[in-house]
Order: sequence, then C-alpha cells, then structure tokens
Amino acid sequence: MILDFGIVFGRVAFVMMFILNLGGLLTWVERKQSAIMQDRIGANRASIRIPFTRIQLRVLGLFHPLADAIKMLTKEDFLPARADRLLFQLAPFVSVFFGLAAFASIPFGDTLRVGDRVIPLQAITLNVGVLYVFAMLSLGVYGVMMAGWSSANNYALLGGQRAAALMITAEIAIGASIMGVVMWYGSLDLQDIARAQGGLLFGWIPKWGIVTQPLAFILFLTAGIAATKRIPFDMPEGESEIIGYFVEYSGMKFGMFAMADFLETVVVAGLTTSLFLGGWQVPYLYDTGFRFPWGSSVGLPHLLVALLQVGAFSFKVVVMIFIMMLIRWTLPRFRYDQAMRLGWLGLFPLSILNIVLTGAVLLAWGSRP
Amino acid sequence: MKTGQRFYLREVLAGLVLTGHHFFANMGKHIAHALGRKDARGAVTIQYPEERRPYSPRLRSLHRLVRREDGSPRCVACMMCETVCPARCIYIVADEHPNPEIEKMPSRFDIDLGKCVFCGFCVEACPEDAIRMDTGILEFSSYSRLGMIYTKEMLLALEPAGPDGVPRSPVPIPADRTV
Repeated sequence: MILDFGIVFGRVAFVMMFILNLGGLLTWVERKQSAIMQDRIGANRASIRIPFTRIQLRVLGLFHPLADAIKMLTKEDFLPARADRLLFQLAPFVSVFFGLAAFASIPFGDTLRVGDRVIPLQAITLNVGVLYVFAMLSLGVYGVMMAGWSSANNYALLGGQRAAALMITAEIAIGASIMGVVMWYGSLDLQDIARAQGGLLFGWIPKWGIVTQPLAFILFLTAGIAATKRIPFDMPEGESEIIGYFVEYSGMKFGMFAMADFLETVVVAGLTTSLFLGGWQVPYLYDTGFRFPWGSSVGLPHLLVALLQVGAFSFKVVVMIFIMMLIRWTLPRFRYDQAMRLGWLGLFPLSILNIVLTGAVLLAWGSRP
Repeated sequence: MKTGQRFYLREVLAGLVLTGHHFFANMGKHIAHALGRKDARGAVTIQYPEERRPYSPRLRSLHRLVRREDGSPRCVACMMCETVCPARCIYIVADEHPNPEIEKMPSRFDIDLGKCVFCGFCVEACPEDAIRMDTGILEFSSYSRLGMIYTKEMLLALEPAGPDGVPRSPVPIPADRTV
C-alpha cells in the first residue's frame, strides 16, 4: 500500500521535477541561445563566490535564473487600487497550475517492470490523454484572461481578449490537426500512440508521426507555438503596442506569467514529441534490445532499455525546445489580424484537408498500415 | 505579395537556416575556444570592464592640469579656457605667483564635469599648454552634482595615459564619496 503510494508519488515527482527544472532552465536557454544566434555572449555576470576564497563561480551564467528568482521575490508586490483583489491574486497561479498539470498524461517511457510490478512511466494513465492535455492547455488561458480583466487596465483587458482569441484559434487548429494522428494510430491515449509509433513502415522507416502525418506536424507545431503566446504569436503581450495582460503585475507574480509561458513551451514540446517524434521510442529498440532491419540484433537488459527510452524522450523534448526557441528568435511577430488570418484561413482549412486526406488514405489502404 | 510568400513556409525555413547556421557556427567556435584555440571567437562582444577596445590616441578624456618642475600648475590663470568654454564649466580664481617672473597662477581651478561637453576647446585655447585631455579616464561618476566638480588638486594629480591608451592614474574620488 505504502509502496504503491510511493510509486505514484515517484512518477508524479519525476514529471514535476522534469518540467519545473526545464522551465526554469529555459530562461537561461533563451538568453544564451539568442545570444549565440546573434553573435553575442549573453548573460554571464551572475556569480557565486566560494566562501573564504576569491574564486567567483560563473558557470556560463547558469546562476542568472537564481538571481532572477531572488530579485523577483524581493520586489514590491503591487496591487492596483481598483483591481479585483481575488482574481488579480489568483490569475498567475491559475496560469502556472494548468501549465504544470498539462504534462501529467504525457508518457516519458514504456512500462518499467520491477519484480512482478508493472509501473507505467507516466504521471497519470488516461485513455483520453490527448484530450486531457488540450483541456489543460486551454484552461491555462483563463489565468491570462483573469489577469487582463481584474487589472482594471484597458491595455491589460485588450491583452486578455487577444489571448482568448488567439487561444481559440490555436486550439481549433491543434485539435483539427491532431485528428489525423488519432485516426492513423486509432487511440486517444498518448501511451498507445507512442507505442504504435514503434512499428516500421516498409520494414525500415520508424512509423513516427512526422513520417505518417507530415502536414499535421507543421500545422500542429505552428498552432502549438501560437498556444505558448510567444513571439511570433505574442499578441496577448504585444510589448510594442499594448504591453499586455500582465501590465499591472510586478515581482514574482509577473515572473509566474513568464514561467507559465516557458512551461507551456515544455508542454507543447512534450506533446509534439509524443505525437510526432515517436515519444520515448528509440529507432529499432524493442523490449529485449535492438533489432535492426538488416537482421542483426543486440540484446539489452530491461532496465537499460527503460533508461534509454526515458533518455530518448528527454533528448527529443530538448531538441523540440531548441527548435521552438530558434523560431522565436528568428521570426518577427505577426500582427493581430495576420495571426487571426493565418489561424482561421490557413491552419484550420489545412487541418481539415489533412483529416480528409488521412481518411482517404486509410480507406484506400483498407486497414491501418 | 507573391503567392509563395503567402504560405510563409519557405521564407520561415530560409530564416531558420540562417539563424541556425549562425548558432552552430558560433557554438563550434566557442567550443574550440574553450578547448584552447584562443583565436576562435564565437562572438563579437568585448567584455568591457575586463577587456577594453583600443581607443584612438586623439581621444578626449578626463582633463588634467600640467605641472611645472616644482609641482605647481603651469596654468597662468589667463582665463582663455574659461572664456572659450561653450558649456561654461570652468571656474578660475587668479592669484599672485610667488615667482616674480610668472605673473599669475590659479588659486582655484574647478571643472564641472556634469556640464562639460568634452569639446576640447580649452586645450586648444591654452597658450601655456597647461590643460590636456589625455588621461584616458572615461569612467567618472557621482551620486550628486557637487561630486562632478573636480578641483585644481584633483586635476593636478592626474597622469597622462600610457602609450597603449590605458590610464595610469586611478579615477579621482569625488568629494561626495568616501570609497
């Protein structure tokens, strides 16, 4: 009983640590990656002096997230006079909570067998995992809308409205583009989808979502980036025009909105990995070891296979985050009307087209390949 | 707008290739630098307080008053610099020099660096070559306006910059600061 509880706790703790650490680290990644892309060095001044010595530890600026946190926690926590007190205080927590909760049903590995126990490597096992992640991602926008409305500031209200509009646009495109994947793999359970991607197409291509559903991948990634509310889709913020929904926030509450964006980045990267990059699958790695298409095989112990799978999942998530950061620091921002047009007249019809195409292919094939 | 551009995708990919190329090329240079290839530079950054870019020898930096052999100022308090100064930041009080061959000397020579525009007219105007702007010192600051007023003693104590442009005198501590 206690052991069961411990196992569940461990699964949840792993996911929490994974996403929280990655989210915190992303502030550093954002600074350093953008700097290196732009021939700069990036933040590297925050340092810790080893006590009783003159050695300053800088470690590539890795202490900057820490310095940021200390700074934000010690700043004034400002409450506007006409703000709605409860909603104003609640909004950042809502944002961060749903960002954290969304990752729960994303599998980070296949099952782990210890003795006669079978532990699914997933915080919660849900047979509607895809829907759960979407629900949490869209609920996250409530925090933003609450912030915009309760601030008693017109600019914040505009930001909140734009966030809602953008989220609906992105959600529709995400939901429609995902349908192709769901049709192909025949399940709404992310673990089932990840397992099904272990198969081989024509005997040698891993049956990852990016191979079977390339159009859906592009549509999903675009809409997913829109769902994170970051440049190029930063209408809710719009620093250059309306400042955004967090205009009245200061201190750590402001920091929590920034963190929620990073958490959503991790969630979208995790979801893309599970749906299109094979999740925890390593090509040609099966339960008992590698089995290559040219016939040779390498046997591996179960624990090592599980570790490889978790490692592969983490690696893919990091690569996805890298790509999303690359996009964020390459593209200029869309105007509000451009983003709406892209969402409703671009992504949405193309996703419907993708559903029709997928259906046609599946019909012609007779059964799922 | 051309039809191809309406789909964004090609342009976006071209942009990503460009920035991605910068990222990986710079990353390779950074790694080579860390492994000992000191000529490989992944960034154009000059890490300012530790590293300085070389300044031009004509740089107009913090003023100094040139001294005679005996340490007294070469300035004869002719008021040329005070007159020519467009910012009116120089304040001189003339006094009798103990040496009868020299007519005058300044008993006060204050420069308000909060007003100074670093035009160098004072150096041009000086008939005695008594004021120069070659200390190489650029970082002087103060918490108050009073602290930006540099007196005769402070200006006399300064040395010219070395041949490489690195200042040889420490930055003078203004009157309103103790450290």
